[in-house]
Amino acid sequence: MIPLSGDLGNAKGIVRENLGSIETRRGTSTLKRGFAHMLKNGVVMDVTTVEQAQIAEDAGAVAVMVLDKLPADVRKAGGVARTASIRIIEEIMDSVTIPVMAKCRIGHVYEAQVLGATDVDMIDESEVLTPADEFHHIWKWDFTTPFVNGARNLGEALRRIEEGAAMIRTKGEPGTGNVAEAVIHIKNVNSELRRIKSIYDAGDEQDLVSMARELKVSYSLVEETASLGRLPVVNFAAGGISTPADAAYLMTLGCDGIFVGSGIFKSDDAKERAQAVVLATTFWEDPDKVKEAQKMVDERQSMLGLDTKNLELRMQERGSTA
Amino acid sequence: MTGVNIGILAVQGDVAENISATRMAMDELGIEGVVSQVKTPEQISDLDGLVIPGGESTVIGTLSLINGSMKKIKEKIASGMPVLGTCAGMILLSKKAKDRVVGEMEQPLLDYLDIKIERNAFGRQKDSFEADISLEKIGIPKFMGVFIRAPSVVDAGKAVEVLSKVDEKIVAVKQGNIIGTSFHPELTEDLAVHKYFVNLVQKKN
Repeated sequence: MIPLSGDLGNAKGIVRENLGSIETRRGTSTLKRGFAHMLKNGVVMDVTTVEQAQIAEDAGAVAVMVLDKLPADVRKAGGVARTASIRIIEEIMDSVTIPVMAKCRIGHVYEAQVLGATDVDMIDESEVLTPADEFHHIWKWDFTTPFVNGARNLGEALRRIEEGAAMIRTKGEPGTGNVAEAVIHIKNVNSELRRIKSIYDAGDEQDLVSMARELKVSYSLVEETASLGRLPVVNFAAGGISTPADAAYLMTLGCDGIFVGSGIFKSDDAKERAQAVVLATTFWEDPDKVKEAQKMVDERQSMLGLDTKNLELRMQERGSTA
Repeated sequence: MTGVNIGILAVQGDVAENISATRMAMDELGIEGVVSQVKTPEQISDLDGLVIPGGESTVIGTLSLINGSMKKIKEKIASGMPVLGTCAGMILLSKKAKDRVVGEMEQPLLDYLDIKIERNAFGRQKDSFEADISLEKIGIPKFMGVFIRAPSVVDAGKAVEVLSKVDEKIVAVKQGNIIGTSFHPELTEDLAVHKYFVNLVQKKN
């Protein structure tokens, strides 16, 4: 079990107020991380329109992520990618009952403030958009709205959690339709987790301190993570997932759920594919069910995809040194 | 098999938390038995008690309908099996649901607990809250309620006992062996609600 506590004592995002005669707290770690726990074993789908959001909801998506352009189109268009139009986000919030997330640029505190004021359910501080600050991510404890961040390895994941992220996802290589990078990233995280867990189990505090230095994160967070043997927040797969089998494969690697970006709405069979990816994620332990899901999609309708070796833009490198 | 057999519906949502809370509740009460994830109608048919966890009710409902679990759960409830539904679980147990913003919903429901639900009744995630509540009618004193995009009960039939309210909104109900809560008892260390449920299962067994 993952503990939900972990609040900074003075987190500005925590709001105390009365509801009728009852005292309440909003924006606590339990509520932010707890929200992510409710998404487990689900699929979050990237959407750009109300119509796509409704297709996603009907297919069984656990939430939608609103973008101005799907990652594949961001890659094609070039230029600066920013947060989506607020009007479209609001229209989508009014038309589906599942949670609505939106992306802000890495480090762009005010884009995040705007999304928070819009009342989106979660903010993705995302490398798909052009970073606003190459050296600092947002200090997410200042927000009542929970954040999800991308990570390629344990150090990135823990640094984001230390900044207040309530959920982590792999970065993968967005908009490529190629799952290879997401696989590398989750395997990196898993192998580093095994390493710190074995150090912890051996009781070698000195080595654990060295690990904290190497990962550039506080000793207490490394110790907590090592004792759990997993990230202390929910961890999803993202970046390049396009088929039901892709989703099921990432679930077998220990991911808690799936983000699908361009994979669904850049394919020519979006509706069936959306349903099929949900089925494969739910029943990933059963190869017969995943086969049924895979049968619902036609490989000739999949997005063409890109070789991740020869990309002009590697989105995953954005914000990775911070 | 000795002891009770309690299943946590493991389609989507916070399954692990409910397994852990149920397990700990049984250990503290000294009640023997098994707690496991259940997904298929076959697994569900063997149960003495079922917990439907938090998550997205549309997702859990749609997928449970596809593989036939929904029908099996209905049969089991009709035969008197105790069920605890937290948040999405309570929505699924209800007869009717609407969304605060979107309006009337046509999502798959178990259609058993005689209540009408308002989904997202307290607002969106930013309005999610923690507050001390109690369920005195079933002997549960103050504990921390965790409300995440929580639903509330807007109409409750005669057979339904209202257990708790927040700001005039009904947040916990009981009808026979069915308990529904708007909040997530599985996300806190207080095991009172799960203990109460495990006792119900034990008695029925």
